[in-house]
Amino acid sequence: MSLLADGVTILCVLAGLVFFAAGTVGLLRFPDTASRLHALTKADHLGLGLVVLGLLPQMDSLAGILRLLAFWALVLLASAATGPMIARLLRRQGGIT
Amino acid sequence: MIPALAADGLLAAGILALALGCVATRRAFASAALFIAYGLLLALAWARLDAPDVALTEASIGAGLSGVLLLGGVRRLEGLAEPSPDAETGPLLTILIGIGCAALTVAIGAAVLLLPDPTPSLAPQVAANLATTDLGNPVTAVLMSFRALDTLLESAVVLLAVVCVWALTPEGGWGGVAGLRQPVVRDGPLALLARVLPPLGIVIAIHILWVGADAPGGKFQAAAVLAAMWLMPWMAGLAPAPRIDARWLRLVLAAGPALFILIGLGGALAEGAFLAYPPGWAKPLILAIEIVLTASIAVALALLVMGPPEPPR
Amino acid sequence: MTEFLLAAALLVLVTVLGGLVRVLRGPADADRIMAAQLLGTGGIAALLLAGVAMAAPALFDLALILAVLAAFASVAMARLAPGDDPREPGP
Repeated sequence: MSLLADGVTILCVLAGLVFFAAGTVGLLRFPDTASRLHALTKADHLGLGLVVLGLLPQMDSLAGILRLLAFWALVLLASAATGPMIARLLRRQGGIT
Repeated sequence: MIPALAADGLLAAGILALALGCVATRRAFASAALFIAYGLLLALAWARLDAPDVALTEASIGAGLSGVLLLGGVRRLEGLAEPSPDAETGPLLTILIGIGCAALTVAIGAAVLLLPDPTPSLAPQVAANLATTDLGNPVTAVLMSFRALDTLLESAVVLLAVVCVWALTPEGGWGGVAGLRQPVVRDGPLALLARVLPPLGIVIAIHILWVGADAPGGKFQAAAVLAAMWLMPWMAGLAPAPRIDARWLRLVLAAGPALFILIGLGGALAEGAFLAYPPGWAKPLILAIEIVLTASIAVALALLVMGPPEPPR
Repeated sequence: MTEFLLAAALLVLVTVLGGLVRVLRGPADADRIMAAQLLGTGGIAALLLAGVAMAAPALFDLALILAVLAAFASVAMARLAPGDDPREPGP
């Protein structure tokens, strides 16, 4: 059982790392700001989400599990709200035509 | 070992690069954004150094509130005219400022390098006397008992800062609503976050305040979160800023430092020393001070970010 | 497991540090805000990984503060950046 749990952890955390790396590479390499916003949201939502998912089997109490999920929900909420705000700012400043 | 060292090196390099960028950038908004990122990295560095108390403070006060304070300042500067060329500093002043900064940097560097080995420390005495305070967190014990005077002065400094900001009120604005008028945003992402985040944030602030007795946390961090949760709906125009002549506002601002001084004087009467707690009473008294101070500091920090009132147009 | 989680925490940190280039270079204000936000999210992920690995609840509290105040700072940056008018309808 513990082997299975560890396997899930390693798989999900590695996948999360891939999304963080993809988000950073996108932020650095994508040609315009709007595309870079797209890359950022992937790292925010999926990168952290997969890391949280991977850590769930390591928690030994329900409170710990709920706590981890709360982190993800908090960041999802914040990132979902700031995304459109950043896009709007970009349009106001003439970044998107 | 090697990868950890490489990551620490990268972290240090990142902090230096952000600090340099923050000073060298010509645009005020970019500079403030860099300052926020710099505070974030600094908090992570403190966490790496096993100083979670400092990390919490840096994340809440350094990156969060100070950063937004600077952003608000940048926003206000936009409305002002460009400074005239004669207001610029001459080359002599620039050189003097440069020499002063360089001397300070060299002095701090020398002080760090000349520290005796082993570094002098009061940690064993703190650990030995921790039991007298009934607290589990030695940092809180130092802040609220062994060096309570420092904390009292710190809270008074925050109050003084609010007075200084209010003193900058332009002609005709005195007694008005603090800060610039915020346009009302009824829907959209900002309004959503301004309604959903504060209840969560208030719970988190109470948690941080409560665990401060036995684990990293405490009033300044909790107050910063509370202030942020007030500023959020304020930025969306949903929660009005208070009038600076409101009686309740003055009372809340003064309550924390005043209670601290009263309890300190009580210690002088009962135990013969200012801020000495009677045996067995340390924890309840500290808790009372922490809770009231949290409210005072939260209001003070929020008022600092909002800024002085505007004159009526 | 502990070593793996700590290594993952370091890797996340190193990865998002790469995004610093965008905070420094911009060019748009939005680029800087986004890179700062990525730094915040990466910091939270690294703290959670390290917190579980070392069984240190203090790191969880730090991540909690970071999550709330990063959201606050991102909103403030987007709201207070020059030229933004929040009343305009969204894209």
